[in-house]
Amino acid sequence: MQRALTVIHALGLMLVVFSAAYLMPVVTALIYADQTMLLDFLLAMAWTLVIGFLMWALTRRYKGELSIRHGYLLVVTMWTAMPLFATIPLLMMIPGLSFTDAYFETMSAMTTTGATVLTGLDNLPPAINVWRHELQWIGGLGVIVLAVAVLPLLGIGGRQLFKAETPGPMKESALTPRIADTARNLWIVYVAITLACIGALKWAGMDWLDAVCHGFSAMGLGGFSTHDASIGYFDSPLIEFVLIVFMLFAVINFATHFLAWRGKSFGVYLRDAEARAALGLILASCFGIAFFLWWQGVYAFWTALRHASFNLVSIATSSGYASVDYAQWPIFAPLWMMFLTAIAASSGSTGGGIKMIRTLVLVKQAGREFVKLLHPAAVNPMKIGGQVVANNIVFAVLGFIFLYFMTIVTLTFVLLISGMDFISAFTAVLASVNNCGPGLGTVGPASNYAGLTDFQTWVCAFGMLVGRLEIFTVLILFTPNFWRR
Amino acid sequence: MKILILGAGQVGSTVAESLVSEANDITVVDSDGEKLRQLQDRLDLRTLTGNAAHPSTLEQAGIADTDMLLAVTQSDEVNLVACKLAASLYNTPTRIARIRSVDYLNREEVFSADNFCVDFSICPEQILTEYIVKLIEFPEALQVLEFADGKASLVAVRAFAGGPLVGNPLRFLRSHMPQVDARVAAIFRKDSPIIPEGNTVIEEGDEIFFIAAADNIRSVLNEMRRMDEPSKRVMIVGGGNIGRRLAKALERDYQVKLIEYDKKSCERLAGELTNTLVLNGDGTDEKLMQQEHVDEVDVFCALTNDDENNIMSSLLAKQSGARKVVALINRSAYVSLLQGGKIDIALSPAQVTIGSLLAYVRQGDVAVVHSLRRGAAEALELVVHGDRQSSRVVGRRIDEIDLPKGATIGAIVRGDQVIMGHHDTLIEAEDHVIVFVINKKMVKKVEKLFQVSLGFF
Repeated sequence: MQRALTVIHALGLMLVVFSAAYLMPVVTALIYADQTMLLDFLLAMAWTLVIGFLMWALTRRYKGELSIRHGYLLVVTMWTAMPLFATIPLLMMIPGLSFTDAYFETMSAMTTTGATVLTGLDNLPPAINVWRHELQWIGGLGVIVLAVAVLPLLGIGGRQLFKAETPGPMKESALTPRIADTARNLWIVYVAITLACIGALKWAGMDWLDAVCHGFSAMGLGGFSTHDASIGYFDSPLIEFVLIVFMLFAVINFATHFLAWRGKSFGVYLRDAEARAALGLILASCFGIAFFLWWQGVYAFWTALRHASFNLVSIATSSGYASVDYAQWPIFAPLWMMFLTAIAASSGSTGGGIKMIRTLVLVKQAGREFVKLLHPAAVNPMKIGGQVVANNIVFAVLGFIFLYFMTIVTLTFVLLISGMDFISAFTAVLASVNNCGPGLGTVGPASNYAGLTDFQTWVCAFGMLVGRLEIFTVLILFTPNFWRR
Repeated sequence: MKILILGAGQVGSTVAESLVSEANDITVVDSDGEKLRQLQDRLDLRTLTGNAAHPSTLEQAGIADTDMLLAVTQSDEVNLVACKLAASLYNTPTRIARIRSVDYLNREEVFSADNFCVDFSICPEQILTEYIVKLIEFPEALQVLEFADGKASLVAVRAFAGGPLVGNPLRFLRSHMPQVDARVAAIFRKDSPIIPEGNTVIEEGDEIFFIAAADNIRSVLNEMRRMDEPSKRVMIVGGGNIGRRLAKALERDYQVKLIEYDKKSCERLAGELTNTLVLNGDGTDEKLMQQEHVDEVDVFCALTNDDENNIMSSLLAKQSGARKVVALINRSAYVSLLQGGKIDIALSPAQVTIGSLLAYVRQGDVAVVHSLRRGAAEALELVVHGDRQSSRVVGRRIDEIDLPKGATIGAIVRGDQVIMGHHDTLIEAEDHVIVFVINKKMVKKVEKLFQVSLGFF
């Protein structure tokens, strides 16, 4: 019990801080002179602030050092409680929205997934749209810190690897020694790139509201849009190009960005094995899919390249914007995109899925097995970016991959039991666990998750949480050992 | 000359042995009294037990009037400190340190007069590695030694039937390859030297030393024997300092397999090397060798610390079909026993590395010394100074120079140009003259000949 109270204490503090996030939609409501919006958001802000404060104040006696177990509990409750409070304005302002759908929407936002159950986005009040997009941006912020500062401490799924994997000659000393400093530095980079993205989108032809919203969702690799037609609404190659650039930015480890920015050198990116592999794979796939679409006669080559690039980058980076209904393409193309979304994002980015570094570990492990068969006496340690990866990390990664696949398979079966067709169920689970957003079939880019039953909606929301928190973090709470002293 | 040697390990004792015979006053310092006793039993020198980096030890060893300090202990740090002390406390004129760590070697300022005051640093492992790399590059050669920063090379090769020159007089070389300039410096037939003349006929089995510009080595080798295919696969046994460096130097251009006995070292090596296949096992384990196809290996190098192991594993490799085997052998008795037998090349680390030290000890301006035929012969690169009055060499034709019998001028490096030594070649000041000396006893005379007489100053 005491453990729970210590966590509640910390959580209360988080909520107090989180309540500041309501300022953004409040300001928007002021700008658009929307009285009801303003009052509703202030009310929601007050609720969050008061409840958070009470949680913090009443449990002050239990303030204490957070142990590793507290860490798991706190991270999971944070990622469930914040979406919970974030639903308040949605429930107040969108008539007829059920709690299930509202929670799905905010969970989708906070996990930077970008799947939506709302239709008529174009007609939503600006403050609500800003709120949805801001949640994605905050989710991205949290994920970066989670990935770079917290998960390595917990050592989840070979996460220690990423700490040692900080690229370049600076290695361990690269980032600052304290988590708080590291987090602050990464936030600065995140904010700076976001501002650049918003500016670029405005320049490319969006109005300020759209620019801010899309800037937020692009950097969080979330993929919410202010329009039902997503980016297809703008039909502008320039906007698509700007978004491609910033999505590719966001899919690289922010620690790498930080090093590049501090060292004023571009070479850091080239030395980051993960970024190299991710960008290489994505770019090669763009051309491959464009060629495939042209060969299949779907588009002329240059149109194919444009649409393939934007939609592939969007899905592979786990954003989830769409500019055309790519579900209509020959099935190879969208499935390949769904495959990329599972592996392409770098650790320490805002993307989801297995992460490229784990993919590299898997590929190299397979190579090691071949060498081992040919040369039984060979001593062949795994090396990524010239660094030796210890075997226990490889095992941790293998364990992670197993759980990842089992999660996908189990959740797919659950959705199949609930009556979904296979391709929708499978891609909905993939899109949720990888925090991508749109799937195929009934949850494809042309439609959304509104058609799901409440049960299916909860399954997908759970998938997002599990995927975002690297599976172990959530599932460990369901092991009896965790609760034993 | 008064020389103080710190460290009585492999390098220290070999240097001591070779310098004692050249009439120097030697003092050897080591922390291991037993090693020193053995050395003193054998050689005419003074020894002292103590920590080589302590001023009191150095003082006792007589550093105050020492001409040259050779810090060759196992530890880089002790060597550096000793050099620093010698320079700042005792003003020792010449300080040479053995430095193994690449970390130090990469930062030249570490050795400068402001820091550790090391005049010359030598790294025996590096010299040995470069030596073996050359041998792998020219698998037909027994030895490839560089002069004048690699502009000219001295190559030892055994003549085999099938080489166009074998069975013909030396003069034939000139007419057969007019575009290639090379000069045969010495021939050893059944271990006894022959002074090469134009009409000397090369026989099968002769050990031939020739000097050529670096680009011409291959074509001259071609004259002496049928050429083998270039090496591709290299197997190294022993992942110590030398094995590791060698693998690193070769792994880009060759397929390298490295066998090391110690599992921990294996892991370290595998982490450090990128293209080398590191194998954990015993170099004398024939099962492992077969598994790794030793029969298809072009060059097999046994480079462990253990002479007997190296000999056995290289014999085993040769028997299994390795094309060429190289064994590192510390004991000089073994070297003469095995060289030219089943083991293609028996490497004595001491003989290979001693030259770089000797160059500093010699009188006159000696740039490079290479010890040949296990120390019996020597090749020197001497820089000549002065003019016709002050020098007995400058301004004279080669046949005017009063060289002792058994010493030949092989080639002259003038700037970037390599000139072969013919009887009418004129020697100019600042030339680098490469002299081949069949018998080491004549080295003193050669050095004297090349020294500038006092009138020059």
